[in-house]
Amino acid sequence: MTSPRPAPSRRLDRLLEGLMVWVLRAGGWVSVLVTLGIVITLVTESWPFFVEVPVGRLIHDTMWTPLFAEPQYGISALLAGTLVTTGVALAVAIPLGTVLAIYLSEFAEPRFRDWVKPMLELLSAVPTVVYGYFALLTVTPLLQKIYPDLPQFSMLSAGMVMGIMIVPYVTSLGEDSMRSVPMLLREGAFALGDGKLGVALQVVVPGAFSGLAAAYVLAISRAVGETMIVAIAAGLQPKLTMNPIDSAATVTAFIVQVSLGDLPHGSIGYQSIFATGAVLFLMTLGFNLAGHLLRRRFHRAI
Amino acid sequence: MKLRLFDIFGLLAGLFWALSAEVGAGEVVKIDGSSTVYPITEGAAEDFQKETGTKVTVGISGTGGGFKKFNRGETDVQAASRPILQSEIQAAKDGGVKYLELPIAYDALTVVVNAKNDWLDSIKVSELKKIWEPDAQGKVTKWNQVRAEWPDKEIKLYGAGSDSGTFDYFTEAINGKGKASRGDYTASEDDNVLVQGVEGDRYALGYMGYSYYAAHQKRLKALGIEWDAKEKPAVKPSQQSVLAGTYNPLTRPLFLYVNLNSLERPQVKKFVEFYLTHVEALAQEVKYIPLPSSAYGKVWERFEKRNIGTAFAGHTDTAVPIDEILNRPLVP
Amino acid sequence: MRSETFYREQEMLGRRRRASDQRFRLVGMVLTLGTLGVLGALLLNLAVHGLSRIDWQFLASFPSRRAGEAGILSAWVGTLLLMLVTAGVAIPFGLAAGIYLEEYAPKNRWTAFIEINIANLAGVPSILYGLMALGLFVYQFRFGQSLLSGGLALACLVLPIVIVATRESLRTIPSSIREAAFALGATRWQAVWHHLLPYSTGGIATGVILAMSRAIGESAPLITIGALTFIAFLPPAPLMSQPPFVSFDWLFSPFTALPIQMFNWVSRPGEEFQSNAAAAGLILIGITLSMNTTAILLRRRAQRNIQW
Repeated sequence: MTSPRPAPSRRLDRLLEGLMVWVLRAGGWVSVLVTLGIVITLVTESWPFFVEVPVGRLIHDTMWTPLFAEPQYGISALLAGTLVTTGVALAVAIPLGTVLAIYLSEFAEPRFRDWVKPMLELLSAVPTVVYGYFALLTVTPLLQKIYPDLPQFSMLSAGMVMGIMIVPYVTSLGEDSMRSVPMLLREGAFALGDGKLGVALQVVVPGAFSGLAAAYVLAISRAVGETMIVAIAAGLQPKLTMNPIDSAATVTAFIVQVSLGDLPHGSIGYQSIFATGAVLFLMTLGFNLAGHLLRRRFHRAI
Repeated sequence: MKLRLFDIFGLLAGLFWALSAEVGAGEVVKIDGSSTVYPITEGAAEDFQKETGTKVTVGISGTGGGFKKFNRGETDVQAASRPILQSEIQAAKDGGVKYLELPIAYDALTVVVNAKNDWLDSIKVSELKKIWEPDAQGKVTKWNQVRAEWPDKEIKLYGAGSDSGTFDYFTEAINGKGKASRGDYTASEDDNVLVQGVEGDRYALGYMGYSYYAAHQKRLKALGIEWDAKEKPAVKPSQQSVLAGTYNPLTRPLFLYVNLNSLERPQVKKFVEFYLTHVEALAQEVKYIPLPSSAYGKVWERFEKRNIGTAFAGHTDTAVPIDEILNRPLVP
Repeated sequence: MRSETFYREQEMLGRRRRASDQRFRLVGMVLTLGTLGVLGALLLNLAVHGLSRIDWQFLASFPSRRAGEAGILSAWVGTLLLMLVTAGVAIPFGLAAGIYLEEYAPKNRWTAFIEINIANLAGVPSILYGLMALGLFVYQFRFGQSLLSGGLALACLVLPIVIVATRESLRTIPSSIREAAFALGATRWQAVWHHLLPYSTGGIATGVILAMSRAIGESAPLITIGALTFIAFLPPAPLMSQPPFVSFDWLFSPFTALPIQMFNWVSRPGEEFQSNAAAAGLILIGITLSMNTTAILLRRRAQRNIQW
């Protein structure tokens, strides 16, 4: 048996340990720095905009044209675009994602599930520009064959593709939370004579509720923040409309459109993208916190 | 695992070593501005880089956005689809920027509809104003509100974004006031987006630079413009009508503004010379209308003599012949 | 004694339940294959329109106004250099944060605060990272519209992914390993470096690959900071053949990237540019899908190999 290497001096060890604690802790706080960076930048760059534009106009104006000779500041036009595209996306992703989650967790063979689940995750690995391309050049013409009056840019087309992109978020988290429902609960229901579907709908889904809710909230947050698909395929017309067949601009598409024009520091246009960015941040912050709390509840419930 | 990382690193190092041979001069010529002029500038930049290896970056911030950068000395050349405005002249003075105003080609600002549009071939300026003026917002939404024989369907509008020189020129020429327009239309600084929009929408109407229409003539239809205020008949945009001076008020000159200080750098000087030498061919290639040769002669003279200033005193004059423009005194 | 009708009813109910089970199974299978089919349709579409376009000329040419001559040289070099910056920033900080949170941090309010923070950052839309980079890196720090600003923006974006992956893989290591190290007199850092990290490289590598795959596909933050779309030159090389042999000029160079080039081509109407876009998209999706698949396989192998 070889004798072990002599250990280095204890003092060096302790010094290194002290140093590493400091280094690692700095790493931990970098994430806080990033959040601070986002918040401070959004606040300082958009502050002049909110000072100049009274909140009343933000609510009452019907158009978003901050760069015109007679500017309009109705941010509700952008919010409507975000709302409708998100709505369409969720209308696709939530039913589809939930049914897939139930199927994979309760019905599918384990080996089938083993390769299907990662493949579904690949849906969220597709770069969003590629989805945008798909929406504009494949989905829109397809939809136009069914409904010829569909405009070239529409929230329907963009929303549907966004929905497909979001399905893995719902399915993955949903399936995980369903599988963590204890077998005992299912067995009780089976013993009482229920079929698989009945058990799934009446025992598993309610049991996995907070996990499912967390998945839905995550999906909402993702849809609200999506940029490229809507910028390419939904159009850049900020107007207040609830009709998915219309073309409209979302909060995110507006930021991109204006950034393409490359604004000089300090102009009203520059400030307007930070103002809309601030609104976006608040929305997604709300959703993320809700999702986080729901997920904690789901973890605790098990 | 460590060994593999090392291999990857070595591969990358080798790649960069090989690529380092591609490096040209460290100097960059910066152009920014109009997306209307972009097709010409892109061609000039591409060919110039192939010939000399000097780096050229071309941005499309729009005429307005480009001017803001130009007036702070951040760019060397500004491409504009309208003359410099009063506020921009002041900003240039504040930024210590002296410039040469060089008209380089004509554009026939074109009003387009979908190729399947079979109910109109030409439109009156007064009708365009009715559609596009600020008061039309939310009110003039259907075709038959403009002319009763037109369909009872919603007009889908596509136009330039507010940082665009095309926007400024169109609103000035049609609505009588620059930047005054309705807001409920699909706005983009990128004319390509507008082409896509009108192409796909049977009830669409839009306006854009002639080059973008000409590249997609199969799916777009250009409307003849009837300047009813001057009692002129409807004229369709084309090279002939522009040179004859009959396509009004939407014929406009396109400009390059060059920073006088930047011209001290040999790359910038060579680039502008290259541009001026080839602009006739480049403009033809992208279907813009080159100026008459006499005009180019005067532009060269201005460049060689380094005559700074603008002939427009900050206004977007519409429908002024190019010879008159070139003969006007220049005001720095 | 139950009546006959009762038993007959029960049997009918059972048959109905089994029938609906079968129907749902069918529906589920159809929907699953259908959803995967969409992915397949996307890939097929890209391949049909773009595969023929991919050749050496396409990979080695700069973008051009003539669609036939256009290529993605500046785009993929830009993506490569961008990833260098992103990885160089996100990996060290992500690892450090993950190790700190999992091994060192006390369970107090501050730690909870950091954790909520990271959870939030993971859900922040990518364009907001672009806005932050625009205000902070491009203007405040004066890095300009350069590879440095873009790389930093993407690094902040993928930081949470690296942190979470590090934490998860450290978490799977049973505490007996740590306790054994401590029993032998190791400091915490020695335990981490010599015992925990070697076991968790699989999980960490998975996380890093997923993070880089995400970064490669992102375009919104880069557009926001102003990555130009017409770049017909390459940034200066990081390595030179003369002293001092390493250059940092490239960090401050304007750039373009694969997703931005694709975005530019998608916006240009005309079939030739569409096929260019499809080709760029095919390459892009090829890169991200293969990276993700590698990560998934790595994760599987790491889970299977280690037997505690």
